[in-house]
Amino acid sequence: MVGFSTDAQASVIAILPEILMVVLAIVVLVLDLVWPRERRRELGYVAGFGLLALAALLWLLDLSPTGGLSDQLLLGGMVRHDDLSQIFRVMVILAGALSCLISMGVPSIRAKGDYYAILIISVIGASLMSAAADLIMIFLAMETTSISLYMLAGYLRNDERSTEAGLKYFLFGAFTSAISLYGLSLVYGFTGETNIYRLGRVLATTDLTEASVAIALGLMIVGFAFKISAVPFHFWTPDVYEGAPTPITALLSTASKAAAFGLLLRVLLAVFPPSSLVAALDNVRDYSDLWVQLAVVLSVLTMTLGNVLALVQTNIKRLLAYSSIAQAGYALMGVAAIATVTSGDGAAAVAYYMFMYVLTNTLAFGVVIIFANTTGSEAIGDFAGLSRRSPLLALAMTLALLSLAGVPPAAGFIGKFLLFRAAVDADLSWLALVGVINVIIGLYYYLTIVKVMYVDRSPDDGEPIPVSLPYGWALGISAAGVLLLGTFLVTPFIEWANRAADALYVLL
Amino acid sequence: MVITFSGVLTGILFTPVIGAILILLLNPERKDEIRTVAAMTTGITLLLALGVFFGYNTDDANAAADAYVEARDAAAGNPDEVETVEPYFAFEDHVKWIEPLGISWHLGVDGISAPMVLLTALAGFTGVLISWGIEDRTREFMAFFLLLVAGVFGVFVAVDLFVLFFFYELAIFPMYFLIVIWGWVETREYAAMKLTLYILIGSVVALVGLLAVYFKAGPVLQDLGRDYSFDFVDLHVAAQHGAFDTPFLSGWSAATTAKLWFPAIFLGFGVLAGVWPFHNWSPDGHVAAPTAVSMIHAGVLMKLGAFAALRVGVQLLPEGAKVHLPWIVFLTLINVVYGALIAMRQRDFKYVIGFSSVSHMGLVSMGFATMNLTGMTGAGLQMFSHGVMTALFFAAVGMVYDRAHTRDIPSLGGFVNKLPWVAVAFIIGGFVSMGMPGLSGFVAEFPIFIGLWDGPNFAPPDGFILDNFGYYGIIAIVAALGIIVTAAYVLRVVGQVFFGEFNAERFPDVPPITIFDKVALGMLLFWLVLLGVYPRLMAPMIESGVRPIVSLLGGG
Repeated sequence: MVGFSTDAQASVIAILPEILMVVLAIVVLVLDLVWPRERRRELGYVAGFGLLALAALLWLLDLSPTGGLSDQLLLGGMVRHDDLSQIFRVMVILAGALSCLISMGVPSIRAKGDYYAILIISVIGASLMSAAADLIMIFLAMETTSISLYMLAGYLRNDERSTEAGLKYFLFGAFTSAISLYGLSLVYGFTGETNIYRLGRVLATTDLTEASVAIALGLMIVGFAFKISAVPFHFWTPDVYEGAPTPITALLSTASKAAAFGLLLRVLLAVFPPSSLVAALDNVRDYSDLWVQLAVVLSVLTMTLGNVLALVQTNIKRLLAYSSIAQAGYALMGVAAIATVTSGDGAAAVAYYMFMYVLTNTLAFGVVIIFANTTGSEAIGDFAGLSRRSPLLALAMTLALLSLAGVPPAAGFIGKFLLFRAAVDADLSWLALVGVINVIIGLYYYLTIVKVMYVDRSPDDGEPIPVSLPYGWALGISAAGVLLLGTFLVTPFIEWANRAADALYVLL
Repeated sequence: MVITFSGVLTGILFTPVIGAILILLLNPERKDEIRTVAAMTTGITLLLALGVFFGYNTDDANAAADAYVEARDAAAGNPDEVETVEPYFAFEDHVKWIEPLGISWHLGVDGISAPMVLLTALAGFTGVLISWGIEDRTREFMAFFLLLVAGVFGVFVAVDLFVLFFFYELAIFPMYFLIVIWGWVETREYAAMKLTLYILIGSVVALVGLLAVYFKAGPVLQDLGRDYSFDFVDLHVAAQHGAFDTPFLSGWSAATTAKLWFPAIFLGFGVLAGVWPFHNWSPDGHVAAPTAVSMIHAGVLMKLGAFAALRVGVQLLPEGAKVHLPWIVFLTLINVVYGALIAMRQRDFKYVIGFSSVSHMGLVSMGFATMNLTGMTGAGLQMFSHGVMTALFFAAVGMVYDRAHTRDIPSLGGFVNKLPWVAVAFIIGGFVSMGMPGLSGFVAEFPIFIGLWDGPNFAPPDGFILDNFGYYGIIAIVAALGIIVTAAYVLRVVGQVFFGEFNAERFPDVPPITIFDKVALGMLLFWLVLLGVYPRLMAPMIESGVRPIVSLLGGG
């Protein structure tokens, strides 16, 4: 039986980011009370740079514990503190930080302390999702993120689209998390364990019918599929992305999706391990085929449907919503590859992909907000002449779109390359070819936006678009990240992702 | 970690990138400064490229090729004791880059790529000179143009195949911008999108093939004390040890990795080389592009496809090449004849040249498909010769169009008196295109046809219904028809555009070409003539690069 570490110092370090974020949320709320009204706009700096500093701290300080699995399972097995949790934490905290900064340009929310506090709480949930190692913790973390995001999506009470988005997101989310909870309770019922690593051992050595495991797995996956907006649980995505305040759309499409991918990788491998990983046990049963096939099917459906539907969109936020569905489909290729080849390529590819995706999508949504604030429009056609109105904004958007499309030197190229590589390595060459066809479809609509920005003329060609300071920060950081992750920083990040992937495979 | 670093090729590669960054920092209104920076940047790369071309030591390369062929022959007699021989590269830069994936910054040139580096530099420099008159967003134009040039250089000098692929993709996106922003208004959006999608589909299919090769090579390399690697040298060593001659999927013994993935890689890159039936993007793309971009595009970019198909396809998977090239040669035959016939039918001046590129690029792929020394050397020469010739053609077309504002052949006429330089350049280019002796076209095409007549050095694969000599001989005879048609359309264009009646009412104002244009035309003409009268300048170099490949394909 896997033991849990009771080391007090390690326990504190394991949830230190969450503790610090709680403090930050309280600080923001207090400042909201004590600062005069006109100063409150700077709350975004406090929240944004607070989170940014935390992300930088986590990245630079190597806090991950040494030792085996039982040294890393802390707080009664509730969380596992390993490299996988570190890399996904850094990306969700970074996503939260950038969202705070780009919130500072939206008039109706920029001076609201409670808004930033809820945003930080949703990041706490996402951060705990990356580390959760117990069914209870998994559910709590997912709900913490979800409930705070329901509120944020509907935060603009006077805007019908926003309230509709909030309600829609809530209904879908509540429905799927109930189904998911049923799956979790079935797994608990089969094994009598809540810690996923103990649970996986019991499940692998207990005599169960394949059908019952398949049902439990299928029900559990629903909640994850909702969070990463995989087809057929994607229906909420375009409406919510379009209606929610744009910084929240950015957060929804990055932090909550990335954390769900991290958790998905961990749960699938720990609860339904491929037999090669638990070969030390007697009488091992291998259920990994079930979820590999499921991931393959979800991946093909998700990327194809996302890309095809994106082709006909005329609203930029809806287009990015479908594009983010397609991107989740690509990442699912990596998930499908983690069981057959246990070298960690698939998991590392997913980690790298989500990292670059967080930066890329924030960059894209940042430009969309600036543009919408100045022109009041979210129609793709209105991006005409952007390259003449603001060459730098057009360049930033182009970089984001090229990264989403997977063109070097943007980071998306390396990300897609790693995913295809993992798929080919796992004998899923045909899946890689399906992915390749999808990349081409995607390129079409991404390039169309680029064309509109650079070629089409508009009557407002002469009017420049101002970029305020917080946006300068947010766009600068994410653009630099996208470029560096595609060129000079590839090696350290791949090594980090590889370490994270290695941790994932330590199950005993 | 630095293994070797001579810096010349890295310098060639980064000079345009630095130039582009400098240009983006300049004030967009100071157009002459921008142009000067662009010209200086490409001028420096041209000097470096000349250094590489003349500094390439053919004797060393030949000595390396001798050792290579010898080791191959020895291995052929004794399959258990395979001696590892690494391919020869000059001016190597080798630095570890993404170690966890086996990717390194490995650059180098062999006998085939050294002339291509020179060609790229020539087209880049003359392209900047020709584009001197571009007034709309000059800054962005020059920056994208320099990035395009850098991408093209990257493919030719890459030894690591990931680097090759990185730059292959990197070359595509500035291309899209250059066509869609500065291209011909009527078709640019359609043509740019079509071109980008075609090339990208090809390249990503080739990428999946490359990944399949990479994973097959990995275990073999580990047995040899190396590791998973995208480095061409490592993959080549793996190929010598039979990594790609085992079944790709177990239990499917006929489909070895080489046989299964060769078509994906060769035709995937072949899209950019305009191999029929994937050539459709090319005339549209060439016509829609602004002059300098057409020059780079038809002159250099299409060679990227042929070059990458040779390097990744033929050199790594020779067993696949032996099986598949005999039918691919038929596709290239269609290129040569059909391309020429379609060119004959065009009314648009630029479309004539566009289809002539399809036809001539068919000769390059055809030369590869001969799989013997003569034919492949001819293909290497044709890559250079056609590159310079097409750049010249598109430059001439651009100069006429800028003044006449039409490219409709029947309504043009008599331009020889107004633009004598352009007329002379175009006529000489036309002679090259027809394969006139004394010019580079003859030097290149003649060996291709000889090689084609000889056919490959190995016995035809099992089940191939046509006798080897007869099949290749028939292809050679039919392909020769393409040359006749070429002569016909070139003479037709020359006759109707440059001679005949000049319509002074329609074209009241035809200003003479600038000094920059003359320099550009002169530089391109110089190489066509030089290579025609002195082929020894380049032929032995290409031969030194081709010999190891031919030995892989069963020849000496």
